[in-house]
Amino acid sequence: MSAIPKEEYLYKCTSACAGCSSSLCLRYVLKAAGPDSVLVVPACCTSVIQGIYPGTAMNVPVYNVAFAASAACASGMSESFAATGKKTNVIVYAGDGGTVDIGIQALSGAFERGTNFLYICYDNEAYGNTGMQRSGSTPLGARTTTTPGGKPTAKKDLDRIVEAHNPPYMATACSAYPLDLYKKVKKALSIEGPKFIHILAPCPPGWRYPTEKTVEMGKLAVKTGTWILYEREFGKLAISGPSKAAMKRPAPLEDYIKGQGRFKNLSPETLDLMRQQVEQNIQRFSREEAGVC
Amino acid sequence: MLTIATGNKAVAAAVKAAKPGVVAAYPITPQTEIVEQIADYVTSGDLASRYIPVESEHSAMAACIGASVGGVRTFTATSSHGLLYMHEMVHWAAGARLPIVMANVNRALGPGWNTWAEHTDAFSQRDTGWLQVFVGTVQEAYDATLMAFRIAEDERVLLPVMVNLDGFALSHITQALETVEIGDFLPPFRLPHAIDTENPRGYGPMTGPADYFRFRWDIERSMRDARDVIAEVEREFAGRFGRAYGPTEDYRCEDAEVIVVAMGSLGKEAEVAIDHLRDEGVKAGSMRLRWFRPFPDLDLAGREVVVIDRDYSFGFGGVVAHSIRSKTGIEPYSVIAGLGGQEVTYNDIADFVRNRHPGEEMWFGVSDHV
Amino acid sequence: MYEIRIHSRGGQGGVTAAKLLALAAFRDGKYATACPFYGAERRGAPVVSFVRIDDEPIKVYSQIHEPDLVIVLDTSIMDVVDVLDGLKADGAVLLNSAHPVAGCNGTCRHVDLTGIALAENLVVAGSPILNTPVLGALAKMGIVTLPSAEQAIREMFSDERNVKAAKAAYEELKI
Repeated sequence: MSAIPKEEYLYKCTSACAGCSSSLCLRYVLKAAGPDSVLVVPACCTSVIQGIYPGTAMNVPVYNVAFAASAACASGMSESFAATGKKTNVIVYAGDGGTVDIGIQALSGAFERGTNFLYICYDNEAYGNTGMQRSGSTPLGARTTTTPGGKPTAKKDLDRIVEAHNPPYMATACSAYPLDLYKKVKKALSIEGPKFIHILAPCPPGWRYPTEKTVEMGKLAVKTGTWILYEREFGKLAISGPSKAAMKRPAPLEDYIKGQGRFKNLSPETLDLMRQQVEQNIQRFSREEAGVC
Repeated sequence: MLTIATGNKAVAAAVKAAKPGVVAAYPITPQTEIVEQIADYVTSGDLASRYIPVESEHSAMAACIGASVGGVRTFTATSSHGLLYMHEMVHWAAGARLPIVMANVNRALGPGWNTWAEHTDAFSQRDTGWLQVFVGTVQEAYDATLMAFRIAEDERVLLPVMVNLDGFALSHITQALETVEIGDFLPPFRLPHAIDTENPRGYGPMTGPADYFRFRWDIERSMRDARDVIAEVEREFAGRFGRAYGPTEDYRCEDAEVIVVAMGSLGKEAEVAIDHLRDEGVKAGSMRLRWFRPFPDLDLAGREVVVIDRDYSFGFGGVVAHSIRSKTGIEPYSVIAGLGGQEVTYNDIADFVRNRHPGEEMWFGVSDHV
Repeated sequence: MYEIRIHSRGGQGGVTAAKLLALAAFRDGKYATACPFYGAERRGAPVVSFVRIDDEPIKVYSQIHEPDLVIVLDTSIMDVVDVLDGLKADGAVLLNSAHPVAGCNGTCRHVDLTGIALAENLVVAGSPILNTPVLGALAKMGIVTLPSAEQAIREMFSDERNVKAAKAAYEELKI
């Protein structure tokens, strides 16, 4: 932890909920990025967390932009800095809704064009800013305000979509592992081209657990293998430390599910399906890591 | 059934009564309660609609277009940026002559992000061929949504209808609501040009300069016929359910020398201002404009008019003030107030009347008059 | 017209308290409106709700600036928000507190809604339910009748502990 600089770029006056993963992560993202950075923020929790006019909680420029447009806007900004020789980091900091649903067209375009920027998606698996409606990133069985009976379809595999664009760097992270996130942001920003980091962001009001359990929730996601921490540099997979053990001996999925109100009254069939998905995912990553196909 | 409800819940309750075959929607503050309540109805079996949780508003309207021409009643709801994001499809829905009903919870536009009431979003769609009504109470949100389906689906109209309610000021306010047994007030959905593989046709293909303008005239002709349809439907609604509506809601206008014209919740709060002004001996009245498209004939002759625009068309002026000026020839005192949820109380409205300058424009909070 | 302003934090049920109160007043045969004032969803942020009760139809939608009654569901808000702003000279204050709170002008009353909720095990996601017991306190103050308060609670909630908590608050509040 002594590797992490003390300088803060996210001040304590945010409007974040108690136990918010996103603002926790943003602190470390900004520490890794440093002051020569611009955040491009579509409609999402961060739109509100930064505070209301005339104040702001961030000590870097924050460009707020329409919901669908963050990656496109970031593209323009990146080209503009390139044209004027600036080295400023262009970082999109977006929720899952604005990435995987309404923002996916712009994300795909920016990556396909090889845009030099970092896209960070903090994923609380629903539309948090508008009161927890389902997004494409909501997992199977999760109750949201628009899936009161549990989401009938699986979580959209954003990582494989991004991977299909062959970015020079992509990674997954989790708010419970800030040092891991810090290192991944630092590495990403040292590489030219489109970079992607997908952070699992447990959310107390959305997932319905007590506000002090955010870090515990994130650790359970990783320990059960539900969320696998890894990196890909030019496609080459490297599993991150905390997931290595988890993949060998994952904790029971129930440990992760039982503390979350959004999974209350999960049917045994759905739980089985979820378990299968976790197992399949672990196997897929294990095989790839071992070089077996 | 007599209960209390928010404007959003009232809209959802009306949608439940209307039984659309498909609802496609995307969440945006302050509309979210509408889609959440509908999702609840569908999940609990109270409403047998197929609910599509689309990935954006553009897709919401596109999905409604597909569903409507597929042959079922459809509904969506949005607000502000969501409405703007679907703009090309809003045009498309009217051009495709589809009787889609959409609730628009009026909200200001960014940047900066502002989730409070403003009418610019709806007015930005004023050229699209959609009918537009603005409600002033929770009860009216319910009633107008029910009537919207009936008006839209009338064969003389076959145009989509937007029901507007003020963000937070109406969408989230709780008032009394009486829901009705609609019986056969809404006949079964029938779209003459629905997809029919037995009678295959091409829809909206390349249409050249010699033909295109006729379709545009068709829309306008239906928009004009819609005035009669609206009046008929509102009359029938009054007869069946006991609540009468018209193109405007007039309060103490009969002997009024000055009339305040406003829309939405401000149009209701204006009535309180009128009572205060009357106590002072000012012969004031208020006219809450309900129907915006088709724009109605207004009985304002011989009176001074104070128009409150909760909107603005930059480089031009308040949309309602200019509409009134062009339709009646009267030069109103144009007040620009309530943008982005700016607070406007009945005291403020009374002041607008007391300090009126006919023919001039005043930005509340910025200047006395400009 | 009787105007009430309710101060709470997001997630504590202040918005629902306003609706419950409006419903109870409605069941008393009054006209009533309830309106929250808040931005995007944010648990823990201060939230204000307005309730108006009248014998005539209510056509006012703007904020309440001179409340007849201020209710504070979370007294920690009083460090950041001037909850008593505009309170009428003869206005009343109801605080969720086991003890009197300093700096409270007007006719100040307090009742331990949190304690009552916990005693009934009326807790959701770690937070005690305050909006149903507060209705009992308001009935004691004569804002609504107790039967209407009970009816309103039963209309909105199926758990009978909510009614018990309201009755407990009714008993506990000293007038």
